[in-house]
Order: sequence, then structure tokens, then C-alpha cells
Amino acid sequence: MVEIFGIPSTALFGQLLLGLINGSFYALLSLGLAVIFGMLNIINFAHGAQYMMGAFAAFLLLQYLNVNYFAALVLAPIVVGAIGVVIERTMLQWLYKLDHLYGLLLTFGLALVIEGIFRHQYGSAGQPFAIPTGVLEVPFWPYELKLTGVRNLGFMFLPNYRAWVIFVSLVVCFGTWFVIERTKLGSYLRAATENPTLVRAFGINVPRMITLTYGFGVGLAALAGVLAAPIYNVSPQMGSDLIIVVFAVVVIGGMGSIMGAIVTGFGLGIIEGLTKVFYPEASNTVIFVIMAIVLLIRPAGLFGRRA
Amino acid sequence: MERVADPMAPAVQRGRVDAQTVAFVAMLVALAIAPFVAYPVFLMKALCFALFACAFNLLIGYGGLLSFGHALFFGWASYVAAHMAKVGVINLPYPAGVVHWGWLTIPLPPLTPELAILFGTAAAALLGLVVGALAIRRQGIYFAMITLALAQMMFFFALQAKFTGGEDGIQGVPRGRLFGIIDLSNEMAMYAVVVAVFLGGFLLIYRIIHSPFGEVLKAIRENEARAISLGYRTERYKLLAFVLSASIAGLAGATKAIVFQLASLTDVHWTMSGEVVLMTLVGGLGTVFGPVVGAVVIVGMQNYLATFGEWVTVIQGAIFVVCVLLFRRGVIGEIAHLLRIKL
Repeated sequence: MVEIFGIPSTALFGQLLLGLINGSFYALLSLGLAVIFGMLNIINFAHGAQYMMGAFAAFLLLQYLNVNYFAALVLAPIVVGAIGVVIERTMLQWLYKLDHLYGLLLTFGLALVIEGIFRHQYGSAGQPFAIPTGVLEVPFWPYELKLTGVRNLGFMFLPNYRAWVIFVSLVVCFGTWFVIERTKLGSYLRAATENPTLVRAFGINVPRMITLTYGFGVGLAALAGVLAAPIYNVSPQMGSDLIIVVFAVVVIGGMGSIMGAIVTGFGLGIIEGLTKVFYPEASNTVIFVIMAIVLLIRPAGLFGRRA
Repeated sequence: MERVADPMAPAVQRGRVDAQTVAFVAMLVALAIAPFVAYPVFLMKALCFALFACAFNLLIGYGGLLSFGHALFFGWASYVAAHMAKVGVINLPYPAGVVHWGWLTIPLPPLTPELAILFGTAAAALLGLVVGALAIRRQGIYFAMITLALAQMMFFFALQAKFTGGEDGIQGVPRGRLFGIIDLSNEMAMYAVVVAVFLGGFLLIYRIIHSPFGEVLKAIRENEARAISLGYRTERYKLLAFVLSASIAGLAGATKAIVFQLASLTDVHWTMSGEVVLMTLVGGLGTVFGPVVGAVVIVGMQNYLATFGEWVTVIQGAIFVVCVLLFRRGVIGEIAHLLRIKL
């Protein structure tokens, strides 16, 4: 058995992998929060509930409509994102002229409603969600993509599904970064964030852009939920504890930068994983402690700009 | 209640003070009659939460600071008070080595309730100082997220620390004898103590709001940059407001621990932070009496709807949504607006 710092290397790499998985979810969720905050100036407290809805959407699609996992990976974010659009049109749009805090309070209320309904319907215990067994055939790719099973990397065993989660979340994160920072659509978005009135004067439909941005952010949360379903149980409260950690991640990274959200998310996931190895008692709290330290040293956050 | 004769705007000033005096007298009468009409335990619960909501309102309503982690002070004060009343011995950890802790033991006997409450309040003040110093480094929405995150951290501490009893909490806390004389197992005596604590906290907050300090706090809420340019060191004002709010929230939590003879994880959980926001919002942000009314409404609702299980959460969430969308002034704020008075 190989040991590193007195820790068996399999345990170390295992926890690092878990950390990367958690980091993927932190990154996806804080990315969505940052995108929504950029356009709407609202902290979406319902983000955790929408993540949970994504997981439940995948579960229900499979249960009742026999929709397979890969279809759910596309469908669930669209369905939940559409619900997000309805929420924005019916409620959030009335708050833009008010103090930002009202947006936080409203979405907090929504989170309570959503969570309460799901808990009433499905109970607090989780619903198991098996790792999808299907084989995905990718054109021009010689290997078949199987999500079940484990791969032996020599120094550790890598469950295929976990590799898949990290892969998908990296692709989605960098895709989002690319769209926002490197395309014309993204430049409209960034311009509308800076000065919506001026962008409207150029004939761009900013309110619709805001609505779709919220829908997209919510869809990201739902996607994270679908990815999480086979790893954690699908349960009504899976989002609420996670979202508070993601808030800490957002405070550490600062919401000004998309790349900042991604890097902070993955980084903190890894740090949390390492803490589980070296000082397990602190693994629940390490991210909050880091937040406190960052606030002392760099109050604007690692990637934030001083307002 | 203090009256300040202000020659500059006599009519408005007098009208405002009078409406608040009338409301205060009405509240006193209600407090005197209530134990003969409703269950004292229910009333004591409502009063503890009313004081908690008033403390929270001091921050949001007058300082413009939304703390989403006030359960931290409420819950930890109740743990400390419960521990002091039941056990008394204090074990303080200090760092000894990299990840090891040494323990400093202060052997105290179980304390009388008033001392236990005092200890709880002091603990909340100390926590308020630390959390406040961190949180005021960021503004607005970040402030809310930081307080929430730090409260969650302390929730995990409460879950893991030995003296809190983890999932079980601290049960069977003796109510004891006030000053070693008055037996608090008598419901009426306990009720009188809770009323006294509540009124003390309430009047203190009233005094703070109407002091020069309170005026500066309101100025910071309206326009922090301008307050800074006028030479006020706004961080100090915000920090003091935070510590005061945390201490009074702690006072409420410590009293609740003695009344219910229990300190549990429920009181440090983030849902409790949400509940106090809801109470204040329903009653009216930035009104003196709003949080009291809001607390009575929400605690009453929880009592009547207890059999509905999960629907209580759903209803609370729905009230949040309705309040934010249509009813931002809250009950008392709406009444005050209609009658054109300040309450």
C-alpha cells in the first residue's frame, strides 16, 4: 500500500475524487447564481430547490414516462427552466426596481414552498436513483460510453459515472463561459448587465433577455440536479443545505467573474475533499472557515472587484 | 416612554409619540389580560419570538442590514443558558498543537435562571461581535449570504460539540428559582419573568432607535456614502448595531431555553433564521410594533396548523411570496400608512 503523508493513497485519491464531484456541483450552481445575479441583480435562493426539482424531474420522467437518463439530462433542465421563466414573468419582474433584498426574500419563500410540496408528496427519505445502464453511442468515437462500472487507473478505481459527472460539468461550465465571454450574444448580455437602458435603446429586447437568463440559470441548477441524482439520493432537502455552501463559495469567489465562479467551485470542492482525509471533523465547516479568512484578507472576494 | 419637545416640528412629532404611546399602553393591557385568555406557554413562546423579531428588526429596519443568520445568536444563547442552568461547568477549548485542542475547565455550579440567561446573552454578544466584524466587510446581498453561511457553520458546531447533545439537544433544563427565591415552575411566575424580559428588551430597542445613535444608523441605511462623507465611521455604527441586535436575540433565545427547559438544533437551524425574517416582514419592517404582531401571528399560525405537517412550510413560503409582492409594509406598516401615523 502506497502512503502519502501517512494516508493510504487510495483513500487520498478517493476523497480527492469526491471533492472534485462536489466541486462540479459547486461550480455549476455558483455559475448559475452568478449568471442570474449579473442580469437580474437577484440572489436566487430558490437555486437549491430548483436543483432538487431537476433531480426529481429525472426521477419522475423515468418512473412515469420511462424517459431514459440521457433524454432526462436534456429534458429536465428545459422543464425546470420553463418553470423558472414562469416565476420570472409572474413574480420576479415586479421586484427589479426595489431593494435587492426583496428578491432574496421572495426566492427564499419560493424555496420553502417548493421544498414543502415535495416533502409532502415524497416524504423526507430519499428516492433511490440507479446509475443509468444504457450505452451511449457517440458518432466517430470508437469506444462505447458506459456509465455503470468502474475503471482501474492503476493508482485508484474510478467509477465511470463520477468521471462522467466531472466531464459534463466541465463542458457545461466552459461552454457557458465561452458563450458569455466570447460570443455576440454574450456581449449583449454583458452590455445589458452594465447598462440595460442603453442596450434597449439599440433595439435589443432586454426584458426578454433577462427572462431567458433566469430560465438558463435555473436550467443549470436542474442539470446539476440530474447529474447528482444517481450519486446522492433524490430527496426534497438535497438542495437546501447545498445552497448555503454554494453561497459561501460565491462569497469567496465574488460574483463578478464567470471563470472565478468555476475555479472557486472546483477548488473548494477539492479542499473539502482533502479536509475529509486529514481532519474529518472540520469537513463540514472548512468552506465557511475559508470564507471567513477570505473576508479578512480580501473582502471583495478572490475574483471580485471592489464596488 | 420619553417625550422630547421638538420646537421645529411640534405637530408631527407630538402625533407620532402619542400614537406609539397609545399602542404601547394597548400592548401592556393585552399582556396583562392574555394569560387569563390563552395558554401561558403559547404566550411565552410568542413573547420570546417577538423579542427575537424586534432584535432582528433593529438591524434590517433601522440599519438596512439583512442578517440571514440570526438563529445563530438565538440558538447558541439558548444552548449556553440551558447548559449553565443544568450543568454549569464550562470547558473552553484552546489550541494545543496542529489539530489538537486542550481544555480549560472552569468549575461552576448550576446557575440560577437569571444568571444563566445573562451568560447566554453574553455568549450571543460575543458571537455577534465576531460574526458582525466579518459580515460588515461586505454590503447588501453579500451581507445576507455571509451571515447565513456563518450561521450554518455554527449549526455544524452545535451538531458536533459535546455539550450541546447533538441531535438530542439539552433536555430537562431546570427552570430553577429566580434570584434563588421565586420558584419559576409556577407558570404565572414564569410568565411574569418573560414579560419583564420582553418589555426590557423592547424598551431598550425603542431607546436605541430614538437615540442619536439610531438616527445615524438610519442615515447609514438611507445613504452610507453620504454618512461616510459627513465623517461618521459607519463600520463602527454597523458593528455596534449588529452586536446589540445579536445580544437581544440571544436574550430571547436564552429565555426561551429556560421557559421550555430545552435547547435544540431547531433553534440554530437556518429555517429559524428564515422564520424571524418572516415574522418581521409580516408585521412590518422598520416599525416598532410590527415584529411583535408578526411574531404572534406566525407563532399562532404554527400552533393552529401544527396538524397539517409539511403544509406549514408551504404556507409560510407562500406568505413570504405574498408579502414581498403585494404587502411589503406588513400589518402594522399598512395600518400606520392608512392612519398616517408612525407605529
